[in-house]
Amino acid sequence: MDRDMIEVKKLVHEYIRRDEDGNVESINRAIDNVNFSVKKGDFVAILGANGSGKSTLAKHINAILHPTEGSIWVNGLNTAEENNIWDIRQTAGMVFQNPDNQIVATVVEEDVGFGPENLGVPTDEIWERVEQSLEAVGMLEYRTQSPNKLSGGQKQRVAIAGIMAMKPQCIVLDEPTAMLDPNGRKEVISTVRELNKKEKVTVLLITHHMDEVTFADKVIVMEHGKIVMQGTPRDIFSRVDEIKQYRLDVPQVTELAFELSKAGLALPEGILTIDELVDSLIKLKQSNIDKAK
Amino acid sequence: MIRDITIGQYYPTDSILHRLDPRVKLIGTLLFIVSLFLFHSFLGYIAVTIFLFSIIKISKVPFRFIIRGMKAILILLLFTVFFNLFLTPGETIFKLGFINITKEGIKSAGFMAIRLTYLILGSSLMTFTTTPNQLTDGLEKLMRPLNRIKVPVHEIAMMMSIALRFIPILLEETDKIMKAQMARGADFESGGILKRAKSLIPLLIPLFVSAFRRANDLAMAMEARCYRGGDGRTKMKPLKYSGRDFAAYLVLCAYVVAVISMRMLEKRIG
Repeated sequence: MDRDMIEVKKLVHEYIRRDEDGNVESINRAIDNVNFSVKKGDFVAILGANGSGKSTLAKHINAILHPTEGSIWVNGLNTAEENNIWDIRQTAGMVFQNPDNQIVATVVEEDVGFGPENLGVPTDEIWERVEQSLEAVGMLEYRTQSPNKLSGGQKQRVAIAGIMAMKPQCIVLDEPTAMLDPNGRKEVISTVRELNKKEKVTVLLITHHMDEVTFADKVIVMEHGKIVMQGTPRDIFSRVDEIKQYRLDVPQVTELAFELSKAGLALPEGILTIDELVDSLIKLKQSNIDKAK
Repeated sequence: MIRDITIGQYYPTDSILHRLDPRVKLIGTLLFIVSLFLFHSFLGYIAVTIFLFSIIKISKVPFRFIIRGMKAILILLLFTVFFNLFLTPGETIFKLGFINITKEGIKSAGFMAIRLTYLILGSSLMTFTTTPNQLTDGLEKLMRPLNRIKVPVHEIAMMMSIALRFIPILLEETDKIMKAQMARGADFESGGILKRAKSLIPLLIPLFVSAFRRANDLAMAMEARCYRGGDGRTKMKPLKYSGRDFAAYLVLCAYVVAVISMRMLEKRIG
């Protein structure tokens, strides 16, 4: 049976705060009965405003956190079992938000080699993998430089290469663009997209930038630890009012199209790109001209 | 100001010294430092001086660059010389009020000056020619036997290399916090020592908080990349001795023999 890459079943996670005597002071339910699955090779995006529980969810997939209730299966491995932890972390690599705080070494290529070193990969193969992964993220020419001299986007690509060198089947990116400028964001997103297409790596991208995920296979929207919307980007983004209610923005083009159709233009729902909007506007004009004739 | 300190920096050029295995350089520096404290006459320092300056020549590090690093320890050097000069009891040569300069004082001040200067020169030469990573790798490998008495050698080396990685980041952060506090009216420059020390509090607290947060993030990122201590780990750049390293060891042996024979000669004369 071909199992899904990630299966999350009835997941609950509670942050429990205790006082000095160990009595429970407060319980914060960060994830509340979440169910979803990610198919192999898919590009899935999880959206949510601050405090919606999306980062907590990401840490579960890498077995950094353990479920309070329910279970998570990564490529058929249960994250709750201690013996599976290292296999899971190798299967599902994780890229974090702050590019500085996840680079270990003082030279780019040594940092990319860090993961394979931990896995006990033989020296010759480490060099091969480092070269391949730096090539895959387009950072090969910076291999002997110090990470301190790179831009945020470049650092984040090095971090992605560091994960790729471990040959994962799945990458979880926890707001990888939150600390980057617009150029850096584009760089990182197109790199991830490329890896998903060319290397067939399953991608789970966590973000609150809507315009980064218009090409995703599936979008999941979270709010207060619950999944509130789930579907294709077109599905999700056609429900502009609902999305706004979850403190999220829709892509600018989508919002413009939404406002235009509210004002009476007969535009299709869920327009995601500028080209689509232009096309449908031209079509609209054409049909108006035809009618006038 | 921080930029002026050249001690501990790496000077990237291509010399035989740069290409040597870090272990050779570590052991060599250690032997050199020990040899500095063997002699009690200026004659003995001839061998040491010849050795040191030929190594500097081979390293291709410009002499001016090395001297610039010495400025940082000038005060320490002056202090040592000063105390040795004035506070050594013995045969008086010059007396003015409470100042009492003795023959022994001059001698020991001279020795201390030479020893300290050479010590700094020798050890900074090692850091000039060795990258921090090579240095930690070399230390890790040399201290490996200590593993048997439960010294966490790998962990210490890992901490050292992480510290090296984060020094520039934290420096930058210090600068940023300082400017932010100055923009809000903080004053780091005026007042006596006590006032200045107090004014550092609004700098140090945010810096510490941020350092801890970074440490937490990094630990998580390392775990996510399957880091689980030194066991079962392979190396991307393992240390391997080559022909030139053995040659360097031979040179070191020759140096040790030369130093010991000088010492014996010195004893016979003195």
